[in-house]
Amino acid sequence: MNASPTALPLPARAGWAQSPWFKTLRRLFARKVVLLSAVVLLLIAATALLYPLLTDSDPNDMNISMRLHAPSWAHWAGNDELGRDVMARIIYGARYSLMIGLFTALGAVVLGTLLGMLAGYFRRLDAPLMRLVDAMMAFPDILLGIALVSILGASLWNVILALTIVYTPRVARVVRASTLVLRELLFVDAAKALGVRTPLILWRHILPNLLSPVLVQVTFIFAYAILAEAGLSFLGVGVPPDIPTWGTMIAGSLEYADKAFWTILTPGVAIVLTALSLQLLGDGVRDLLDPKLKNKS
Amino acid sequence: MLHFLVKRLGGAVVVLALVAVLVFLLTRLASGDPVALLLGDQATAADIAAARVQYGLDKPLTTQFVLWIGQVLQGNLGQSLFLQMPVTQALLERAEPTMFLALFAVSIAALIGVPCGMAAAVWRGSWIDQVLSSIAMLGASIPSFWFGLILIQVFAVHLGWFPASGYGDPDASFGDRLQHLLLPALVLGVLNSALIIRFTRASVLDILGEDYVRTARAKGLGESVVLVKHVLRNALVPVVTVLGLTLALMIGGTVVTETVFNLPGVGNLVVRAVLRRDYPVIQGTLLVIAAIYVFINLAIDLLYTVVDPRIRLEGQ
Repeated sequence: MNASPTALPLPARAGWAQSPWFKTLRRLFARKVVLLSAVVLLLIAATALLYPLLTDSDPNDMNISMRLHAPSWAHWAGNDELGRDVMARIIYGARYSLMIGLFTALGAVVLGTLLGMLAGYFRRLDAPLMRLVDAMMAFPDILLGIALVSILGASLWNVILALTIVYTPRVARVVRASTLVLRELLFVDAAKALGVRTPLILWRHILPNLLSPVLVQVTFIFAYAILAEAGLSFLGVGVPPDIPTWGTMIAGSLEYADKAFWTILTPGVAIVLTALSLQLLGDGVRDLLDPKLKNKS
Repeated sequence: MLHFLVKRLGGAVVVLALVAVLVFLLTRLASGDPVALLLGDQATAADIAAARVQYGLDKPLTTQFVLWIGQVLQGNLGQSLFLQMPVTQALLERAEPTMFLALFAVSIAALIGVPCGMAAAVWRGSWIDQVLSSIAMLGASIPSFWFGLILIQVFAVHLGWFPASGYGDPDASFGDRLQHLLLPALVLGVLNSALIIRFTRASVLDILGEDYVRTARAKGLGESVVLVKHVLRNALVPVVTVLGLTLALMIGGTVVTETVFNLPGVGNLVVRAVLRRDYPVIQGTLLVIAAIYVFINLAIDLLYTVVDPRIRLEGQ
């Protein structure tokens, strides 16, 4: 399209500024809350990753003379029952908590998308798969998580596996609903008419259109998994206590909550901050990608 | 209508059957021989083999499942390995605190969630909406046990207003029970109100766009009458559904909160059973909790069609 002569000359923009990705991101971050949560998440992730470069204090360094010391300038978040620096452990623990959240979200999304696409696209598979999803969702999340971890055995990877199984049905439901709509659209009919084979239709025509609902699910499940891991650790059926996740930190310091409240307060704040940022970001993505869905849960 | 009823009931039966299969498989896949666990260290290999025959564990998996399901349908969930009582009895003994806690918590969630959600929708886009919606998001980001620990520290340890844990003496009065339940109910109620706020807001926004709301305003009704009589009454139908589902999920989802406050409820029973590998209890409780969820879900669906005939017509 040519610009009309009366229009003001547009400032020359770099190629990337014209890309749809950039425009989408700019619209996403136009909302201050969404931008803020993205910044918070980046900060948390960066601190967790760059931790060894930032400080030389070892999160597992025990210092009995500092046992249950209240927060001070040297130790912002105080010290725990073994005299370990709580802040150092929160930053170090972020690696594990974020890892559990991320891997669970990715696992659930991959499995759930596969199941949801199969159920949504093939009418014969719909009823059996969805009844299975219904059956799995009849168990409260945390209860299914406990049962699965107790069967698999408590380890970092088994917690991730258990939570993946817990959250897969959610994704499957969302993806199935979207696939049902997509299946009836004209471009799918056109592809079929052109003789495109079914696997390729699913891969090239259905899957890319599922990106937005799936992306929203990633952020939400990421948050839920961090919360669930903390809950499982608290109940004593989560990650082994020697791995410092935010959940095991709280669980480990429980007995000292009366005397040294900071040992459970700060890891909890880290969880809330991360989960809240993730959900706000997910909410922003949802609003952006589907204005009609705006305001719906 | 009959067609809808049969279809819906059939679906629920299938889901229940799958739930039973899942529960059965979950406990059978578990590592560790439950018989060896039951008999203890003293048992010889011959003892274990004999016990396996006695419990029918030597039969094929499908036969075991059929035998188990037969017992379950007769109301027999088996014998706890540790509690010296049938699983059904253990469940019944623990049902009361959980039921009261769930009801109390859902009431709190509704009392907070419905007015807040309504306000957020009516003043949508304003600072009220933003604050309320952010609070709702915050509620969904707080680990329940951590929130419980904080409430215990503040209201039980420092202020001493409420007991920190337990359910009171066996013969405690109703008021005393309420005092024990208030903090845990507050934890579950406040955290679950997040969902209710979001849902009420969405539902009210939907109704606000309806023609009959415009008609009501056009004929000169006051805004408060329109909001209460025309909007709220219609918007509440889906909200009540979510409240029902929240109640259903809470019956099993109180696990963590019950542990924090040391309430002798169903959740506490499960956690102990898991820690002790008491498989009959795990199996029985999971089955009952999931079945309650399926039934409440079904009841809500059927109620829905009574309230709103459009739904059953759509399905045809």
